[in-house]
Amino acid sequence: MMGAEFVALSLTPMLIGTMAAIACALPGNFLLLRRQALIGDAISHVVLPGIVVAFLLTGTVAALPMMLGAAGAALLCVGMIEAVRRMARIEAGAAMGVVFTTLFAAGVLLLEQSDTSGVHLDVEHALYGSLESLIWLDATGWSSLLDPVALAGVPPELPRMALALAVVTLVIGLAWRPLALSTFDEGYAATLGLPVRALGLGLVMLAALAAVAAFDAVGSIIVIAMFICPPAAARMMTDRLSRQVGWSVVFATLSAVVGYTLAGYGPLWLGYNNSVSAAGMIATVSGLILGVAMAAGPCRRRAGAASAV
Amino acid sequence: MMGPDAVSRQRIELASSARQRQSAAAPPPALAVSGLTVAYGEKPAVFSVDMTVAQGTMTAIVGPNGAGKSTLLKAVLGLVKPLSGEVRLFDLPLSRVRDRLAYVPQRASVDWDFPARVIDVVLMGLHRELGLLRRVRPEHLDRARACLARVGMEDFATRQIGQLSGGQQQRVFLARALAQSADLYLLDEPFAGVDAATEKAIIAVLKDLQAEGRTIVAVHHDLSTVRAYFDHLFLINTRPIAAGPVAEAFTSANLQRAYGGRLGEAQVAGMQADGVQGQDTIR
Repeated sequence: MMGAEFVALSLTPMLIGTMAAIACALPGNFLLLRRQALIGDAISHVVLPGIVVAFLLTGTVAALPMMLGAAGAALLCVGMIEAVRRMARIEAGAAMGVVFTTLFAAGVLLLEQSDTSGVHLDVEHALYGSLESLIWLDATGWSSLLDPVALAGVPPELPRMALALAVVTLVIGLAWRPLALSTFDEGYAATLGLPVRALGLGLVMLAALAAVAAFDAVGSIIVIAMFICPPAAARMMTDRLSRQVGWSVVFATLSAVVGYTLAGYGPLWLGYNNSVSAAGMIATVSGLILGVAMAAGPCRRRAGAASAV
Repeated sequence: MMGPDAVSRQRIELASSARQRQSAAAPPPALAVSGLTVAYGEKPAVFSVDMTVAQGTMTAIVGPNGAGKSTLLKAVLGLVKPLSGEVRLFDLPLSRVRDRLAYVPQRASVDWDFPARVIDVVLMGLHRELGLLRRVRPEHLDRARACLARVGMEDFATRQIGQLSGGQQQRVFLARALAQSADLYLLDEPFAGVDAATEKAIIAVLKDLQAEGRTIVAVHHDLSTVRAYFDHLFLINTRPIAAGPVAEAFTSANLQRAYGGRLGEAQVAGMQADGVQGQDTIR
């Protein structure tokens, strides 16, 4: 497992998985506190119709049109949710559910009808991603990390995910105070002159960026899990927002590293020959972490009595 | 061409006439609402409201449930978009007086499970000073703690907000508004569901603020305390019913008009109004 084989086969998928997990968990903290966690779910589902339409329009599965298609679908989805919520006057969660299931179903139909047999584009790929295939063939060992020729051969998902993570981190860092303030008390934030609508929309756009960038590499299962599980588990660990976000990063990393390792080597340790889906295992581990935090976290007691007074 | 003497004389005249204008005109009202109509969907929540609040007064906005009291406050603060009408604060549009306003929302309007300590919430009141990236310095913390002390909550600074009682949460909200050191305080039901000690503490702080020359406007639902707490009244039931000093506007006839036709509430109002009348006779 160590050395050359690890660097070539496991390091890059593990890194990409970790970065994807963190990029989703960061905005997930705020979405969760705003009771909008489902928006991550919605966005990661509508990515499918987005990339199918992009493929039908351009005829390629190149990264740029795929990502533009996914981002366009995410925007359309957010707009449709808002429209359904206002026009039908139904609760936001229900509006999200209606919109993303409809769009996802439309994506499945489109995919069936279109000729995508020649390219790697299917529902399974959309759900589970292809983390295991993001190997670094040019690597010959740890020394390859310093070798520019070998570095040129890293899977393109790696720099793409790193860029997305950098943007997400930077924006959340810069907008921390207004984001926290408008998440806690939007009306009050507005009276201070904060652009609360833009902040809310910006947060959703940031989540969309993370989802679209992560989707390609790791599939929507991880994206959905990482928007919710690490932040929700982190909430059980602390009563302060900054620490909650810190814990969510720890849990996201833990899920990705432990999940990937278990998926690759767990079955071997148990005597089976095949490995299992890394995306599935990472999502499962994040769920287990949430379970443990809910059972044993120091801040899981909610002050329901106080708000009832 | 004027000589230097003439120029300076003219300056003096200009300056003195400006001073005269200033002293002749009363200070602009803290709040002036004209022709305000707000609707959610088809039905107007606030219809054609004119309202003037002089500086240094303490006004109760009173009316039955669903009468548009909170909506009126929110429209003043720009939180809901009116269909028509104008709001001016200190004779300026809202965008130019944000530093002089402090809003205390209804306690139930936020989720108190939010991961924050009491001091974190009070520091939000300093947001316009701290901005995006300025560090919180000891002097900011000192000011936040002083605001907590004013509402009797200095011992709770590091407590998680979800662990507070309703009255304590309301005091934290008031402390956050105090941190803004505003000239006009707009409060939405500050006494709703709070204990007697909190009610006393809050009214004491509000009276202090008024003594400092600041203006208070509060949505208020308890008719029995209007007289003791406030000096001005604005009665509303979607349309404005009555306005003026409490001594003149707080009459049983006005209350009947505001609450009339609402069973239960009408009875309560009738009862209260009788009490009011009784007081009047005694005096």
